[in-house]
Formats: sequence, C-alpha cells, structure tokens
Amino acid sequence: MREFKGRVVTPGSVTAKAVVTKNGFNTLASLQKALQFGDKTATCNDQNNPDLYGKKLAGNILCLPQTIGSTTGGLVLYCATAMHRQPAAMLFSNHIDSLAAAGAVLADVWVEDASMPVIDCLGDEFLDYVKDGMNITVTEDGRVIVE
Amino acid sequence: MYLTQEQQKILDGEKGEIMAKVMKTLVMYGDAFEAEKMVPVTSKYNHLVTSFGLGVMSPVYDLMQQLIDAGVVSGQQFSVDPRPLDKNVPKNLLQSLVFNKFMYNKQDFYEGQLKSLGLMNEDAFTCACYMDQVGNKPRKGDILSWAESSAVVYANSVLGARCNRNSGIVDIMGSIVGYVPYFGLLTDEGRKASWVIDVQTTKKPEAQLLGSAIGMKVMEDVPFIRGLDKWLGTELDDEACTYLKDFGAATASNGAVGLYHIENLTPEAVEMGKSLIKEGARVYVIDDAELERVKNDYPMIWKNPDAKPKLCFMGCPHMSLQQLKDWTDKVEKGLKDAGNKKVVIPTVFTAPPAVIKEFEKTPYAERLKATGVILSYICPLMYMNNPLCAKMPVITSSNKLRTYTTARYYTDGEILIQITKGGK
Repeated sequence: MREFKGRVVTPGSVTAKAVVTKNGFNTLASLQKALQFGDKTATCNDQNNPDLYGKKLAGNILCLPQTIGSTTGGLVLYCATAMHRQPAAMLFSNHIDSLAAAGAVLADVWVEDASMPVIDCLGDEFLDYVKDGMNITVTEDGRVIVE
Repeated sequence: MYLTQEQQKILDGEKGEIMAKVMKTLVMYGDAFEAEKMVPVTSKYNHLVTSFGLGVMSPVYDLMQQLIDAGVVSGQQFSVDPRPLDKNVPKNLLQSLVFNKFMYNKQDFYEGQLKSLGLMNEDAFTCACYMDQVGNKPRKGDILSWAESSAVVYANSVLGARCNRNSGIVDIMGSIVGYVPYFGLLTDEGRKASWVIDVQTTKKPEAQLLGSAIGMKVMEDVPFIRGLDKWLGTELDDEACTYLKDFGAATASNGAVGLYHIENLTPEAVEMGKSLIKEGARVYVIDDAELERVKNDYPMIWKNPDAKPKLCFMGCPHMSLQQLKDWTDKVEKGLKDAGNKKVVIPTVFTAPPAVIKEFEKTPYAERLKATGVILSYICPLMYMNNPLCAKMPVITSSNKLRTYTTARYYTDGEILIQITKGGK
C-alpha cells in the first residue's frame, strides 16, 4: 500500500478500482461514442490510446498525466457526469490541464446528483506505481491510497 | 483570486442565481491554475465549439436553456463550429434516417438556442471563423474566450491574440460575464516555449504530419519551431496561413498545443525571437525519417486494410478560398493525367459557408463541380462519429479527423492519386 498527496481540484471521497493511462487522455475520442450510443460503462473508444482502448471507464478511477485533444473535452466530462457515466474520480500525475479543469468544475457547479472528485499534481511516481485493477481510495483532503 | 467589486457582486448573486453560478464556474476554473485575477474579454466576437444538436447531449442544452431562461446571454455575438448535417454529403437511406431522426434530432432546437444566445448570422458555422470571409478575426493582443482547438491555436499563434484552450460551455460563460481568468496563454510567461523543434527535412514537410509529430511530442507545451521558415518564407501570406491552419489543427488534436511560434514568421517570434525560448527547453529534431516513423505508427483500424475507400473528406479544419481553387486545379490535372472525367472515390471538400459563397462566384466552382467533388459546409468529424460511418473505409488528409474517427490518413499527394486515379 502507498499513499500519495495531491491538490484538490474538486473535492469528494470514493473507493474504486484503477484504470491507468501513461498517455494523454483524449476525452472526446475516448468518450464520444459511449455517450452517443447509450454505453453506460463508458468504454474507451480512443484507438490511439492502447492503455485504455476497450476498457470500462465509468465507475473506475481514471489515473492519467493529463487530457488532450478537442476543446469539447470539458463539456464531454460534464455530460458524462450528468448522465452518470463518469469515472469515479480522475487522478492526474501532472498539473491539471484547462479542458479537464473545465469539465471538473462544470460537473461540480452544475450537476447536483452526481460527483467526480478530481485530484492533480500527484507526481510521476504515482503514475509509475499505480496499475490497472488496484484499489484506490480518494479522500476529501486530496490523499490517494493505492493498494 | 482577486475579484473587483463588480465581479464579487456577481459572484454573490446580485445579478441572479444563474449569473452567480456562471461566475463561480469561471472563478473555480481560474483557481485551478492559481489565476490571480480576471481580465476583460476584448475581442469583437466569441467562438463556440458546440454546434451539434446530438439528442443524447441533453445536459448541454438543459444548461443553455437555464442561461436563456434567466436572461443570462452573451454581450458578444459569436461564430460556432460547423453544422453536422448537409443533404449534399453522400449517405444511404439508413444513415439519413439515423442522422436526422435519432442522432441529431436536437439540431433545430439547439440552433434556436444559439440564436437566442447571440449567434453572428446563419453562415457563422465553421471551425475556421478567422477567415476573412467569415469575419471573426481577432486583433493581435485581443483577449478571447474561445473554444475549438484549431481556432484557438490559430488565433494565438498566427494572429497573436491571447486565449486559453477553453472548453465548450466555459467559452460562452467568459463571454457572458465579460471576463476570463488570467492564466496560461494569456500571460507573457505562459507564452514562452519549453520545446525547440528543429525541422531538418529535405522537402517542405506535410503540414498535417508535422503538426501531428509535434503535438504528440510536446503535448500541451509551447514549441518554438526552427527551420520551417525555409519552406514557408517569412511572410504570413495566404499560403503560409493555410499551411499553419492545417499544421496547428494537427498539433492541437494529436496533442494539446494551444500556441506555437515559428521562427521569423509568426508575430511573437518575429518580435521577440529566441528570447521566447525558456531556459532548459528540450529539443526535438524532425527529419524525413522521423515523419515517416510517425506516419507508419498510426494504428490501422479498418477491418480490411485493403478495402476500397468509399468516401474521401478534405477540409478538417475547413478549407480556405485559395485551397479550394488550388485543389480544383490539382484534381483537374490529376483526372486528365489518369484519363478520367470524374473522381473515382466520392469526395467531399468542406469549407465555411461564407467561403463557399465566395467560391461559387468564381469560375472554379463549375470546374470543381465537373470533377464530381462535392462542396459542403459540414463538419466531417460529426458526420463520421457514428457506428454506420465508422465501418466505412473513409480516407482523409486531416490528422484531426484521423484522431477522432476511423478515417485513414494519407498525405495530400496520396489523396490526390487515390481520388483521381484510384487503384490504377
């Protein structure tokens, strides 16, 4: 078990299993198909991301360096949350990027019946350590316990 | 974050609950980047990324309706990304039914919302809003609240405006309040380069391929690109701007680039030169072999790699007037050389509605029509993103379209051969 401390972007506590990408998470490419066609598991559809392609994102904790791609990224995360198909949490090794930050904030301010805790600045060591399927607990104060 | 009295009052609800939520969104967004203050949006027009009335994206339309119902609309008019539908683009009966009755069944409703919120005009649907014919071209130094990755990177890099890579919805919120949080690409420090790219190719690199290579390498960092002025010159003429439009779109979609500097060409690089490069910047050398490696590494996602292409899309981002004219010449010549009268793969060129209107005033329009190429204002990406189209073997020279869909990338030269000669 290891504990990491990051910065809280949007608060919340949750325990779930990890899905990990070492590459940038292309939000639109990953989630668009799932949102458009009723896939409640939000299976990743980004052909350019071998770490995540075909894996279920909804309900799992997404561990990533940052998001990339289209500026619809934030609204896609907002929609995923409003439709209850969001990752259980998003944990960034780097400082959060502007699109993911927008998505996290839109979900926090405008969605009342669902949440997605977001922690950033967890460091490269976090992303080196965490593996698919590990249990992760996220706390309100930005601690991330991986086991 | 420091807020002025006026901004604090908005946050405290003096202009209503919805306006307070809009301000709260912007303040939290800025806090994520330790923004010290908000700064006024100074551009004449805004640009939004969300142009599509996808039935399942109801949370977006619900939010927009909350804004409209509360009278919280933009003081700025705006352009918006391309429409997802055009009856001129080939589709079969099933596709037509799925597009109109199921996927985009909110299109008319959403376009009504856009009009209420401040849409510039009926022709303001394009990702290339900065083209002269469209009329949404910010001035150097303007502060923007835009979204659309290809437009943001163009406005920052080629026009010298200042805009972060804002998300859809946040784009209109900055415009409504009239302020955006001051961080990232709005600041002098945030516009400095942490990568130096040395272009050492033996010929002019393919814009979409070079942009892809750089985007995948630097991700969201700012690159300072040396050696490209050898191929583009030192003037931001029509040819250079068109190249940078396509190059930038690839950097932004294959990575997350919001600003690049081209030595001796783009405005800040001309003004400030190497002082834009941060100490300790990393170096990425791009030669012919590196571009070939990048191209060969793209995943092959067609079930049958040898399938005959059923459709070709050109124009993601939308083509310029000069591009349409140049491609008319190229297609005509290609067909003549191949002994064909019309393109052998159904081919769609996409451009802004206002550019299409200008193009149609020229003799090129009839000539292009005679080649069989279809001209459309559609968003190829929105057309492609469904299971029916995803199974189609579609080809493109757009690295953005390749990234988000099952379309297969070819260089411009390869596309020309495919559509004019086919398998000959």
